[in-house]
Amino acid sequence: MRIAKGVLYILGLPALLVLIWWASTLGAKSFFVPTPGTLATTFAETWFGERIFSDVAPSILRLLVGVSAAIIVGILAGLLIGSAKWLRALTEPVLEFFRAVPPPVLVPVLMLLMGISDSMKVVVIISGCIWPVLLNTVEGVRAIDGVLSDSAQTYGISGWARVRYLVLPSAGPQILAGVRQCLSIGLILMVISEMFASSSGLGFTIVQFQRSFAVPEMWSGIVILGLIGVALSFIFQFTERRILRWYHGLREVENAV
Amino acid sequence: MTHGPMRLDTASAGPAGVTAAAPAAAGARRRRPGRKWPAKQLLGVAGILGFLLTWEAIPRLGLIEARFLPPASEVIAALAVDLQLVAFWAAVGETLLAWFLGLASAMVLALVAGFVVGSSHFLRRFTNSTVEFLRPIPSVALIPLAVLLFGVKIQSSILLIVYAAFWQVFIQVLYGVADVDNVAMQTARSYGLPAAARVRYVVFPTALPYLMTGVRLAASVALILAITAELVIGSPGLGREIALAQSGGAISGMYALILATGLIGVLINLLMRFIERKTLSWHSSIRSEVIV
Repeated sequence: MRIAKGVLYILGLPALLVLIWWASTLGAKSFFVPTPGTLATTFAETWFGERIFSDVAPSILRLLVGVSAAIIVGILAGLLIGSAKWLRALTEPVLEFFRAVPPPVLVPVLMLLMGISDSMKVVVIISGCIWPVLLNTVEGVRAIDGVLSDSAQTYGISGWARVRYLVLPSAGPQILAGVRQCLSIGLILMVISEMFASSSGLGFTIVQFQRSFAVPEMWSGIVILGLIGVALSFIFQFTERRILRWYHGLREVENAV
Repeated sequence: MTHGPMRLDTASAGPAGVTAAAPAAAGARRRRPGRKWPAKQLLGVAGILGFLLTWEAIPRLGLIEARFLPPASEVIAALAVDLQLVAFWAAVGETLLAWFLGLASAMVLALVAGFVVGSSHFLRRFTNSTVEFLRPIPSVALIPLAVLLFGVKIQSSILLIVYAAFWQVFIQVLYGVADVDNVAMQTARSYGLPAAARVRYVVFPTALPYLMTGVRLAASVALILAITAELVIGSPGLGREIALAQSGGAISGMYALILATGLIGVLINLLMRFIERKTLSWHSSIRSEVIV
């Protein structure tokens, strides 16, 4: 009974929405809105063929490479900048500026500097995604609890051990908040770099469909981008819950008091 | 979401650290407000100058050809020329108009939807799966749809902005409404406050800090989407000017426009932080009193 109710809560609204969609496309044939059935068959036909290897897989690979490089470089640079006060003061205005530049404008710049290639797209993703991770790491390192920091010093904990057991855990929640932003920006940049300058990839294919007025195919492209977004967010939430289990537990205790 | 506790942490670290004022080396190194500020700002200026000098040197030394990366002085000169052009300000106006209209409508929609959904336990559970599914969909996925529906008009930009900004605000409002203090709510009820007054005096003040966080995040996302739409779709604004400058080979002009978008981004961030501080002054002051 309990489980049935839970399932009903999860599936109720989506089922209702699909039903409304189905009912409203039943009579009138709209050019812009395909019926659920058409969309499902087009989706299967369009994406479960060679497109998976020629367009979907390369896009996702570029996204993963770019995002992981941005996270690693961002955290390393953030640890470095965050741990020295003068370095922080020196770089802060410049970093604030780079964060404020809307990342998509980097696409034309990098097209000029690097030409149109796979590595250009990866660099676009890196250079757009790095700022939220970097700035959040700096902020997280800065806000380390003073008492903890002093205790670590008193016990002679320094170097790598200090980073591993003091800095990374206490900056962790902030860093992961940055990683979450980084993921969604990465997805945006993946699509845009392909829409702007490419001959393959998801973004390119979807724009091709739109230009040739293949409306159901275009919708199926929107759906697949959505699915990638949802998958990324699930992976992120899963990882975050594992890494920050201690933090969420702590918060629960604090909130309960 | 993380902002509540973060603010708490910094507030408790600040005054507590100063009052100790031990003569030890660690104590002296810690904050001394009178001397620290100008030094910090000087370093910041030095950082900006260093960045500009590096930028100037790279093309001058021939590390990257000047036709791909013009020296900083040329770009700044191009920006100075742009600042005197009506066309530049018109483009800025178009971008900011799309930004504002998109952000404002997303905010209103999210506020209404958030209050309605957030105040009912049933609705919250009922919509949860759908929200979690729709939220991560990147709004650039809607670009083809926007083009089909609206073409290269400003409505295309606004559609993308509203979709992206809506979720940022909506989620925060949901958290905020859920955070309402039970005792306060029950007090309001037993004093016989009607529903509208309860929303105005109990729910709204609780949700306001969350709302402001959401709006601040949404404001920068909205700018990203405004520029993206102009760049990719070609709706009027700075993004389209950048694409035109790039395809027309006006490289310094393109860099100048990018510089301009960055400056607009910085201004928007500053403005949002200012508004947040103004609207929440009562809130943080109460908090720091409780802590000390």
